[in-house]
Amino acid sequence: MKHLLTIEDLSRAEIEAILDRTESFAEVGRRDIKKVPTLRGRTVVSLFYESSTRTSSSFELAAKRLSADLVSLKAAGSSVDKGESLKDTCATLSAYDPAAIVIRHPYAGAAQLVAGWTEAAVVNAGDGKHEHPSQALLDLFTLRRRLGSLEGKRVWIVGDVLHSRVARSNLVAFRAMGAEVTVCGPPALIPRGIEQLGCAVSHSLDGLGEADVVYALRLQRERMKESFVPSLREYAARFQIDSRRLGPRQLLMHPGPVNRGVELSGEAVDSPQSLIAEQVASGLVVRMAILYELLAGGGGDRTAPAEGEPEQRPTPIGQPA
Amino acid sequence: MTAPAPLEMRSGEGADVVLRGATVLDPVAGIEGTHDVVVRAGRVAELAAPGAAPADGAEVVEAESLHAFPAFFDPHVHLRVPGQEHKEDIETGSRAAAAGGYCGILAMANTEPPVSTPADVEALREAARESASVLTGFLATVTRGMAGEELTEMAALREAGALGFSDDGLPIRSARLLRRALQYQRLSGGTIALHEEDPELSGDGVMHEGPVSAALGLAGIPSVSESTTIARDAALAAYEGARIHVQHLSAAESVEAVRAAKAAGVQLSCEASPHHLCLTDEAVRSLDPRRFKMNPPLREESDREALIEGLRDGTIDCIATDHAPHATEEKEVPFEQAAMGVTGLETAFAALHTELVLPGTIDLALLVERLAGGAAPFGIERPTLAPGSEANVALCDLGAEWTVGEEGYESRSQNSWCAGRKLTGRVLMTLAGGQVAYRLRSFSLGVAA
Repeated sequence: MKHLLTIEDLSRAEIEAILDRTESFAEVGRRDIKKVPTLRGRTVVSLFYESSTRTSSSFELAAKRLSADLVSLKAAGSSVDKGESLKDTCATLSAYDPAAIVIRHPYAGAAQLVAGWTEAAVVNAGDGKHEHPSQALLDLFTLRRRLGSLEGKRVWIVGDVLHSRVARSNLVAFRAMGAEVTVCGPPALIPRGIEQLGCAVSHSLDGLGEADVVYALRLQRERMKESFVPSLREYAARFQIDSRRLGPRQLLMHPGPVNRGVELSGEAVDSPQSLIAEQVASGLVVRMAILYELLAGGGGDRTAPAEGEPEQRPTPIGQPA
Repeated sequence: MTAPAPLEMRSGEGADVVLRGATVLDPVAGIEGTHDVVVRAGRVAELAAPGAAPADGAEVVEAESLHAFPAFFDPHVHLRVPGQEHKEDIETGSRAAAAGGYCGILAMANTEPPVSTPADVEALREAARESASVLTGFLATVTRGMAGEELTEMAALREAGALGFSDDGLPIRSARLLRRALQYQRLSGGTIALHEEDPELSGDGVMHEGPVSAALGLAGIPSVSESTTIARDAALAAYEGARIHVQHLSAAESVEAVRAAKAAGVQLSCEASPHHLCLTDEAVRSLDPRRFKMNPPLREESDREALIEGLRDGTIDCIATDHAPHATEEKEVPFEQAAMGVTGLETAFAALHTELVLPGTIDLALLVERLAGGAAPFGIERPTLAPGSEANVALCDLGAEWTVGEEGYESRSQNSWCAGRKLTGRVLMTLAGGQVAYRLRSFSLGVAA
């Protein structure tokens, strides 16, 4: 694995490998000294063209836990503000010889473009409404810990699927792991033709009882203005996951940040079925595993030493820095 | 109605050429067979028996394994002059046309500033007389500055030589304003060419709306954005007895709307582009805007099939490239941010020959006919090889295999949808307006006896 650009690029075996690696980092996280020297002397660039709290902070902390040097750039206040193109920004950052570039961008395919312009491993931390693969991996990890296998499990993704990169990555990821997926929401927020990705489509929560996992999506308030739905009240009445609709054995997930009282009721967020806090915790360890797999993991062509060069083995994890 | 102004090109000597033993195909004139095509002083003097024509000082091209067609005519080209000469100009754009076997092109008016005044048209015609390699005509905008608010002085623009009118790049939103233009056409003449799109339905769409846009998370442009506007405009044209030309048809619903309008007797012609005839939205999965982002967008296989059927049954009158050059920096950005449009003049024949003729989807004769079908809708005589006519000839090697480069185009821009594709069939030589407009550099020529 040279880059992490989309979930679609990954085989089930590659997904499993990242999740297995995550388990070992979860173990490191329980120690007093949580830092490992794996990426000592290597540079990770975090390039965020969109505001983000949990994704940027967890990637940055993951890089630091792996002892990498971190360069963190936000679009606001940087040369991007002055009209520099993505290609030029990429060339500038390449001068630091980064091992990895983690990029969040408002447009689809940005990470893929960057991958073509740099020697570094590129991690897509969200590109437009296209994909958000690290979110899907952390969700898979969270579910694996609860359910074991996803094989044959039923997952409902509920809400604004049209504008959600999380929905797209997770739909592909859940299916890759053997789950059956239903997407549910008001018709204008379900993309035309989505069923060809291999999911069922529903415009009502009536069948929600069959779901093992309910994955709710954020509904942005701006959607009202564009008449995707007539009002928040009408949306909540038909599509809010609340304690009445959520069964005791169903698991509830949400990529955050939650609009309490819109897509989820407050009680649902705080219910025992809710995995929302566990998702955030998984975010850090999954992102450590992603950086490890790309920069130090086996099988990657980057780490294979060229002929005649002394082999440099990555420091095994578990050795405190 | 004012007679259409002549097309302009650089003045030069009329060609003296004998295409020895060429396979000649001019479906409209009913010419099919092996002949010496004899061109003297820029006119087709005769179609002689193979080997029979004397050189008489003319250049002799050994054409035994080659095909001679009436050169092609493209009613939809963006030459980007004035204002965007970094993308294309009359010289480079017309050279690209010549390299594609075209003898004539019509330039769109969505320049910077748009072509909206008689002086604009006169200046362009003057420039074409200086630098155009092929016969070049200019359209003027329907609305002043393409702002969609007031009509241009259509009658004066016609007198200045505008070959028609179009706000191409943008639809005419207001049905009222389009109706006024169609009424005024009775006075001014000139076909009105329409970019059919409902901006309300297209929204911020960047590709066809369907399963691929759903998978990519890109905002979609639904097929009905095009077809509903065609239906509106056909009804207006019928009501006013006006003549319209529908540009770059992309969707099955649109083919149906045009077919219905033609059946109802509306004076309407339409075009489809090579990329819509050869590609589908599956290509967009690559997220490569340089080759696959254009408006209207690439649609689904069923749409492509409907376009081909429209081409066969005459619903679609002609093939137009919508040659839309863009600078590299406008295309080296994420898909949603990239400029819309691809170039196509240099590859149209080869691409359609490869994708549609060789697999047996359409006949060679149909392709040759439709590639020159863009002249008639604008009142221009179609190119022909009939003896006595001005020499407009495309000499092609149908067996030549070549790979379209990433650069090295005659066009100033490199956003060809064919970049990297392997094509079969190549234009070796083009005669346009009686002059030798192009010859492939590697194509060695016989020497005059």
